[in-house]
Amino acid sequence: MRRTVFPHKLLPWLLLAPQLAITLIFFYWPAAQAFRQSVLREDAFGLKTTFVGLANFRKVLGDPNYLNSVRVTVVFSVLVAFCAMAIALFLAVQAEKIVRGKGFYRTLMIWPYAVAPAIAGMLWLFMFNPSFGTLAWPLRQMGIYWNPLLDGEQAMALVVAAATWKQISYNFLFFVAGLQAIPRSLLEAAAIDGASRRHAFWTITFPLLAPTTFFLLVVNTVYALFDTFGIIHAVTGGGPGKATETLVYKVYNDGFVNLIMGDSAAQSVILMIIVIALTAFQFRFIERRVHYG
Amino acid sequence: MAEPSPLAARGAGRLLAHLWMVLGVIVVAFPVYYVFVASTHSVQTILRPPLPLLPGPEAARNYSDAFSGGISRIGGVSLWRLLANTTIVAMGIALGKIAISMASAYAIVFFRFPLRMACFWLIFITLMLPVEVRIQPTYKVMVDLGLIDTYPGLILPLIASATATLLFRQFFMTIPDELLEAARVDGAGPWRFFKDILWPLSLTNVAAIFVIQFIYGWTQYLWPLLVTNSNEMNTIVIALKKMISFADADTPWNLVMVTSVLAILPPILVVVLMQRWFVKGLVETEK
Repeated sequence: MRRTVFPHKLLPWLLLAPQLAITLIFFYWPAAQAFRQSVLREDAFGLKTTFVGLANFRKVLGDPNYLNSVRVTVVFSVLVAFCAMAIALFLAVQAEKIVRGKGFYRTLMIWPYAVAPAIAGMLWLFMFNPSFGTLAWPLRQMGIYWNPLLDGEQAMALVVAAATWKQISYNFLFFVAGLQAIPRSLLEAAAIDGASRRHAFWTITFPLLAPTTFFLLVVNTVYALFDTFGIIHAVTGGGPGKATETLVYKVYNDGFVNLIMGDSAAQSVILMIIVIALTAFQFRFIERRVHYG
Repeated sequence: MAEPSPLAARGAGRLLAHLWMVLGVIVVAFPVYYVFVASTHSVQTILRPPLPLLPGPEAARNYSDAFSGGISRIGGVSLWRLLANTTIVAMGIALGKIAISMASAYAIVFFRFPLRMACFWLIFITLMLPVEVRIQPTYKVMVDLGLIDTYPGLILPLIASATATLLFRQFFMTIPDELLEAARVDGAGPWRFFKDILWPLSLTNVAAIFVIQFIYGWTQYLWPLLVTNSNEMNTIVIALKKMISFADADTPWNLVMVTSVLAILPPILVVVLMQRWFVKGLVETEK
């Protein structure tokens, strides 16, 4: 605890004012509105609103389209988180085996972090679009009927690839940092005992990386849930059919395209609950890690 | 130079590791390289797959056409304007965040006042309220305040972030009490202490946060999509999305590719040139 502080009473409030004002106007007020709207329903002309309790939630949760987007979101997030972390971990382990040139590889690995998700999506669609995509062309030659604009599974594969590609850099940096933090004595001891590299990796390195892995799991899930909106909007628009309509995409679609406010608000509240759960999970876990630390 | 990592391999193992890294780098960097290649070919070449792997002869023509009106013809707004908009938004978000979160962290750490911790929690909880979960009502606030199609509308809702405040708070708490005591004995007030002591010590953190937030601002999508109706106020990412139609045979792909390169290049340069601070900021602060 800090013992010495400045004695001013008004100044700290002035310093806090900008952040508090923005927070209240753009965060708390809209969040409160989302809660309010989620228990109201507007009539067809938007003239009268009535209190409907949890009816909007019941409607949303009973809607097959919503359940479809839950399924899409789960498939998408699991694939993106798993692929992005597995590839990044593999590359981080390879990078650690190298003595010279690490910095060079790292510089080339971090590019995608700086690419906007929507642009990442467009790049992949450019390479794989069915009419003139250079990489779609060999798929055609191999006799695969490739058209992600019509085929739901191919569309999913394309957005997963773009989302994974963009997240590899981030995970790579964290795994490299995690690997460097492993006590060398443990690894040296394993080497002296004659453990094979593979064995040492799964019994020593991987378990000791658990804090990094868990942290990244949460970050990647949040990324797949929220930050990939641009990819989906730019590449598939939730289609074909509703094959790539994730929860966030549906909130946007219902609120801004279809203009169903009550439903959209109820979906927002559900998303808020998911974020709160994930954040709480992350912080619980971080506290535990400090104990082990 | 540091000792080699205990994970370092020898001989064939190291060679294999290099091969994997080269493969990884090719996969990771290829899409970006490829857009660049596409931006140097004519529309006809782009539309006839496969596209060559090396830059073509049309670079000068494509780029000068894009800057001198080509983008205005298809998107209704000049490339210069798009770059200016995006730069204003990204800089506004990055610098704005640094300013307001430093100020609030300073208040919370170096002063004692009623409700201090309540303010801290109020800021902290915003971590759990990303724009995506409150899209519609936030949009309504913007309409009510008349901020649609304005720079403040693009910037303000994104500059209040808990992450930057938390980071500065954490850093300020590591400043030893003795430093503040000494400064106060010498008669330094809050402003002098900040300007002469705290700011110079914070520079690395400021640089790290700047890189991360600049990228964050430059790559925004959902928010600019909602609060801009006029093409004049689009960021380059949104404009690009509007230009592209894979079904439309008339899309001037060469110009679209030039725009893509210009949308990607500035943030990549920032990340690569400020790599040291970026990696430090990312790995040490986000945990």
